[in-house]
Amino acid sequence: MQWSEVFLPVGIFAALGLLFGVLLAIAARAFAVKVDERIPKVLDHLPGANCGGCGRSGCAAMAEAIVKGEASPNDCTVCSAEGMAAIGEIMGVEVKKPVPMRAHVMCAGDCDTAVHRFRYEGAIDCIAAEKLGGGEKGCKYGCLGLGSCVKVCKYHAIHIQNGIAVIDDNRCIGCGACASVCPKHIIYIIPVSSKYAVHCRSAEKGIDTRKQCLLGCISCRLCEKNCPEGAIKVENFVASIDQDKCTGCGKCAEKCPRKIIRPV
Amino acid sequence: MSFGQVLSLMFTAILVENFIFSKFYGCCPFLGVSDKPDTALGMGMAVTFVMTVSGMVTWAVYEYLLEPFGLEYLKTVAFILVIAALVQFIEMFLRKFIPTLYSALGIYLPLITTNCAVLSSALLIVQNDYDLLGAAVFGFSAALGFTLAITVFAGVRARLRIANPPRAFKGFPLTLITAGLLAMAFSCFSGIKL
Repeated sequence: MQWSEVFLPVGIFAALGLLFGVLLAIAARAFAVKVDERIPKVLDHLPGANCGGCGRSGCAAMAEAIVKGEASPNDCTVCSAEGMAAIGEIMGVEVKKPVPMRAHVMCAGDCDTAVHRFRYEGAIDCIAAEKLGGGEKGCKYGCLGLGSCVKVCKYHAIHIQNGIAVIDDNRCIGCGACASVCPKHIIYIIPVSSKYAVHCRSAEKGIDTRKQCLLGCISCRLCEKNCPEGAIKVENFVASIDQDKCTGCGKCAEKCPRKIIRPV
Repeated sequence: MSFGQVLSLMFTAILVENFIFSKFYGCCPFLGVSDKPDTALGMGMAVTFVMTVSGMVTWAVYEYLLEPFGLEYLKTVAFILVIAALVQFIEMFLRKFIPTLYSALGIYLPLITTNCAVLSSALLIVQNDYDLLGAAVFGFSAALGFTLAITVFAGVRARLRIANPPRAFKGFPLTLITAGLLAMAFSCFSGIKL
């Protein structure tokens, strides 16, 4: 065996590798593109998951958009509060603290309390039932309880209990997938800190609501009158709580004759 | 290489010996980035670009470096080295001079470094003893066949997304079955010699 058989290939490959290395180094210099130095800094604080939730192709594109001022750090739904604050510091802009949210079903009309007009035996799907004359419940605004929201929830945070959807707050992350699929639009995304909620969205007059449901807001305005903070408004024959103003004193829940203002 | 030979080489590389359906090269991007027709086309474009250039460069490396020194047995290693460096170089070049193409190819360009289809096209060129023109034509057409396959497949998958298959088939199993059916369709070209 001759030594050249070993050294020749090794030498050639070393030379080839060195040549490519040098060429690439030169190319990196020659073809260098000036980028805003803030872009990599912002990129460091983005999650790096490249999820596309912001509507861009990835975190790098998002970082570029933030630096260009086309996007706000708040547009990233995955970014942590610290990450957003850090980006705000780099960019010299004020960043709103994201409020953690959760979903809540604004209906209390379960199988025992809501009037049923007929027996629905179609596909087990709220959207299908909604198309069949608005579903079996007498109340046009009531939860159909067929679990379209359960199907879209990626976090298994929803289950159907006695004919209405119930959300497990420990699992809910407030993504809003259920709220957008609900054909009755009765799932609301509320701040995690919310204390009370009106469990009815019926826009019928009180007398009509009474016919359809043992519970249900009859727009008596007792809650509105008794709220010391002025956080409750009755509009379209149904009460709703402004969660920004609510202090959670619980007076509304005490006064409600229908007992549908409940702690959440 | 005459014009007729070039045409026959292209036909063979695109349809008869399609990289994906008859040789099973490049199955990873074929299954991975065929979710949407747009991204599939982007991947195909990037592969076409890299495969054509790398076909010519590896041919030159083989012809002028490996063969004179009798190092043919090291061609796989040499080609990987060349392709990796080349993709890096192309990426930098595009970023500087053709930024629109760079952003269109996006993430797919670096992914191609490790694509076996690119390596196999370089190896096949050497194996079949093509000249420089043949190398360029073969690389280009093989990549065109890849692009055709992945784009057609992405179109089928886009339609499948709104279909309602049995639960056991949903997702990946259905994708593989579809790939098999497409490969069968392409098998009608097998054996054609021009």
